[in-house]
Amino acid sequence: MSPLPTFSTMAPEAGLKKALSLSRPDIIEEVKNSGLKGRGGAGFPTGMKWNFAAAARAEEKFIICNADEGEPGTFKDRVILQEHADLVFEGMTIAGKAVGATQGILFLRGEYTYLRPHLEAVLAKRREQKFLGKQILGSDLEFDIRIFMGAGAYICGEETALIEALEGFRGEPRNRPPFPVNTGFLGRPSVVNNVETLASAACILQKGADWWKAMGTEKSSGFKIFSISGDCQKPGVYEFPMGITVAQLLKEVAGEGAKAVQVGGASGQCIPASQFERTIAFEDIPTGGSIIVFGQQRDMLDVLHNFLDFFVDESCGQCTPCRRGNVKLLEGVELLKEGQCSMAYLKELCALGETMQIASKCGLGQSSPSAFLSVVHNFRAEIMGRTPSHV
Amino acid sequence: MSQTPIDEAGNRAPVSQRSMAISRPASPDAIGGTVSVTINGQEVKVPLGTTILAAAQQIGVRIPTLCHHPDLCVAGVCRVCVVEVEGQRNLQAACAFPVTSPIKVQTHTQKVRQARRHVIDLLLSEHYGECYACGRNNNCELQSLAKENGVDFFRFGHPDKPKYEIDRSSYSVIRDNNKCVLCRRCVRTCIDLQEVGTIEVAGRSDKSYITTFLDKPLGDVVCINCGQCINRCPTGALRANDPTDEVWAAIDDPTKHVVIQTAPSPRAAIGECFGLPAGTPLTFELNTALRMCGFDRIFDTNFSADLTIIEEGTELILRLYKALVGKEPGIALPQFTSCSPGWVKYLEHFYPEYIPNLSSAKSPQQMFGAVIKTYYAEKEGIDPKDIVTVALMPCSAKKFECNRPEMDDSGFKDVDYGLTTRELAKMISEAGLELPKLPKSGFDTPFGTATGSGVIFGATGGVMEAALRTVIELVTGLKVENLFEHADIIPVRGFDGVKYVELPITQVGPVPDILKHLVPNWDWLKGATLKVAVAHGTANAKRVMEDIKAGGKFSECHFIEFMGCPGGCIGGGGQPIPTSPEIRLARAKAIYAEDASYEVRKSHENPDVLKIYNEFLTDGPCGHKSHKLLHTHYTPRGKYIE
Repeated sequence: MSPLPTFSTMAPEAGLKKALSLSRPDIIEEVKNSGLKGRGGAGFPTGMKWNFAAAARAEEKFIICNADEGEPGTFKDRVILQEHADLVFEGMTIAGKAVGATQGILFLRGEYTYLRPHLEAVLAKRREQKFLGKQILGSDLEFDIRIFMGAGAYICGEETALIEALEGFRGEPRNRPPFPVNTGFLGRPSVVNNVETLASAACILQKGADWWKAMGTEKSSGFKIFSISGDCQKPGVYEFPMGITVAQLLKEVAGEGAKAVQVGGASGQCIPASQFERTIAFEDIPTGGSIIVFGQQRDMLDVLHNFLDFFVDESCGQCTPCRRGNVKLLEGVELLKEGQCSMAYLKELCALGETMQIASKCGLGQSSPSAFLSVVHNFRAEIMGRTPSHV
Repeated sequence: MSQTPIDEAGNRAPVSQRSMAISRPASPDAIGGTVSVTINGQEVKVPLGTTILAAAQQIGVRIPTLCHHPDLCVAGVCRVCVVEVEGQRNLQAACAFPVTSPIKVQTHTQKVRQARRHVIDLLLSEHYGECYACGRNNNCELQSLAKENGVDFFRFGHPDKPKYEIDRSSYSVIRDNNKCVLCRRCVRTCIDLQEVGTIEVAGRSDKSYITTFLDKPLGDVVCINCGQCINRCPTGALRANDPTDEVWAAIDDPTKHVVIQTAPSPRAAIGECFGLPAGTPLTFELNTALRMCGFDRIFDTNFSADLTIIEEGTELILRLYKALVGKEPGIALPQFTSCSPGWVKYLEHFYPEYIPNLSSAKSPQQMFGAVIKTYYAEKEGIDPKDIVTVALMPCSAKKFECNRPEMDDSGFKDVDYGLTTRELAKMISEAGLELPKLPKSGFDTPFGTATGSGVIFGATGGVMEAALRTVIELVTGLKVENLFEHADIIPVRGFDGVKYVELPITQVGPVPDILKHLVPNWDWLKGATLKVAVAHGTANAKRVMEDIKAGGKFSECHFIEFMGCPGGCIGGGGQPIPTSPEIRLARAKAIYAEDASYEVRKSHENPDVLKIYNEFLTDGPCGHKSHKLLHTHYTPRGKYIE
């Protein structure tokens, strides 16, 4: 995997130095102007999130870096942390100044435990260099970062479940509202940002909102890091401007001729070849960066089976639509494979999928039926009318 | 007399899930403090932070719920109560959505109805069992939801075999996870309401289930048997260990003399099982029903409640004398009440070092059992081995209590069966009796007279009030009525979590004969200030215990009443389902009304109690014989299980 060109060309700590020279509202204004949206997948405007937390009154606030990268097919945060940890920590420090937080927490995916010594070393060095701690670079800014290890649950990537886990409880999503920017970790205002979001914010502070806005589309500014896997010649971590079409992307990774592309991981959408001219952007096909390419030989029911198996396992089990709905969708896929699913029942399952999208408690259940619905919609001919295996 | 509430603290529920977690403006008046919600086109103004569910209730719109319970913190997990909020892409859980800005809500659009029905269909797809064969038939929230929301077939299937073994290990609570729909009300009851934490969710996803520490049987873990989880279970997944078949068998056996004692709280609640509003007392109709069911004698637990007051009060005076006058080391004060078996087991588990503080007096149920199989048997000439004692209690922990190995001082098992209000209601129905329509009848002799003091044992503060009525009169020689209007000691009443009262003793004596011999003189009490406290629900008990441990103001109390259940016995784990603060309040009102209607309202004036000391317990309260029959010892259990 090659180093990421844009992140690699950043001058060390230039963003932090710039932030130290700006007032808190000016930092937030700069991020707002850039149009940066959350890189974890949900795409919430980062500047607005910072602004909410900055406006909340509290004795203590927290900047939490969500490094619980668990979406199937996503591995870009791992690379960012390996190669650009300083940029991520710089972004956290800038966020700390912007919202008035003195403590940062990196919530690191359990499976990334091996990264911890490296990250701790980076943190220690930053403290030495006065990029962290009291009086950062001689200013009156105080900020430090600690690492908290996740325990391997996908759901902890959901920000409120992450906070529950941080507090020592079962990692299960909370009701929203209230939102973490008001009532987060320990009941205090907390900003939860993805690894890439924070690194991007550091870049924006260094190079300015206009530089960022010059890339991407009007509604999805900047560049994005993608994790690309599956049936292509050159899988890996890529940096593309937002708004790239699926076809362009496939060309870059030598995956032309694909049957479908799963954009946004298991919880994302399955795009058929007929729609490869669509763009990857928040206004068209949103993604947290996971791109899985399916070649012509792939059975879309196998693909779905795999995804739903994952969700059946990873649902926290708290809310009914997600706990039971994913099981029913999975059973539906099994029926389809056996050619035993009636049209009427398939219709019922699609309606159930829609219920899950609007009635589940958190993003997991709200997005887990997406793949099912898009495969049923786009590959109906392929999935219907199978011959029962026992015949 | 002063009264201080104690601060709430140490809640496990995450801050954001507690009520009122939404930050409010410093000055609510500045923006009005209220917010408007338009529900199905009808506007209502509610205080900022009110949930959509509560706002809808105000205008008579009932949004169906399942995981929501008025006693518990917000969960928002079942998704039955989802509604459409204008401008929101997703449906919102009405129970969990606090209104902080004006919103427009629709409660039964096509989208909402479909989602709601799907959710119920999904719940039914994991709920094993046939309604006919379930104790909660016709009183099941899942069943009602299915009916009210047009479920006409099992859209997503229905389990055809059980997944879990039924846990029958506890004397009190039976767990059948096959019927569980994971609303987690039991978990929140145990951890948030009672702060015991016996049960938790384990596992993830569809494999998540409610369990105990290391999946051990409930009978082997730190469970206080309070049964509050049963009261809040929407289905039949939790139930009390039901001995009705054994009781019927005893009634059917002509060689057995079956005696039932009835506690005060069930009378104020059993009407709810027959469609009457909460707080309809049926004391005397119940007596008739019990006779018609075939019980040979019906006694009033109030008798032994009065006996408890005398024994426990005497014990307190002896402790105070030894500690304050005799300066004897190792006298444990404050003295704690021991009537509530849920509280007793809680203390044995969580504060075993305070067992010496527990009154050694047995609970009224166990005192009565011992008295029936000795004094009563002797008086009536019945062989105690042929007597079956049944106790009608509002309580599931009483089932455990009567099975404690030490509870056999009569030479037999003092109380054979503990029956809950719900179970007796079932027996009455099985006997074809329409309880509310039955004629009234009294209790049987020789324990036919009861006092109002015994009745109020059913509500939090009742034991303390009964004790104070007696102690004030016996020690000061004054009439309670001269200190408190109608002898109603209001400061110890009510549902405040913890109540604290100071009572100066301005004069002493003449002390009546029944107590006089206990100590050489009584003047030491003159000018003293009696400090007492009352706590109900183990979460409140925990506050008080932690304060005592830290040497706070409760450590200076002389006597503290603890009840394991919120509201006291009227909120017991054996009471009719459902329960809510309003229902418990109505039951408590019925109890205080019954107290006010009694001619004799003080334990020490109960003629049957005086008689038993004359005829049987002749060496007086806390004497040798009463010690053998009416007092007990406890077991330090600790929090750690093997």
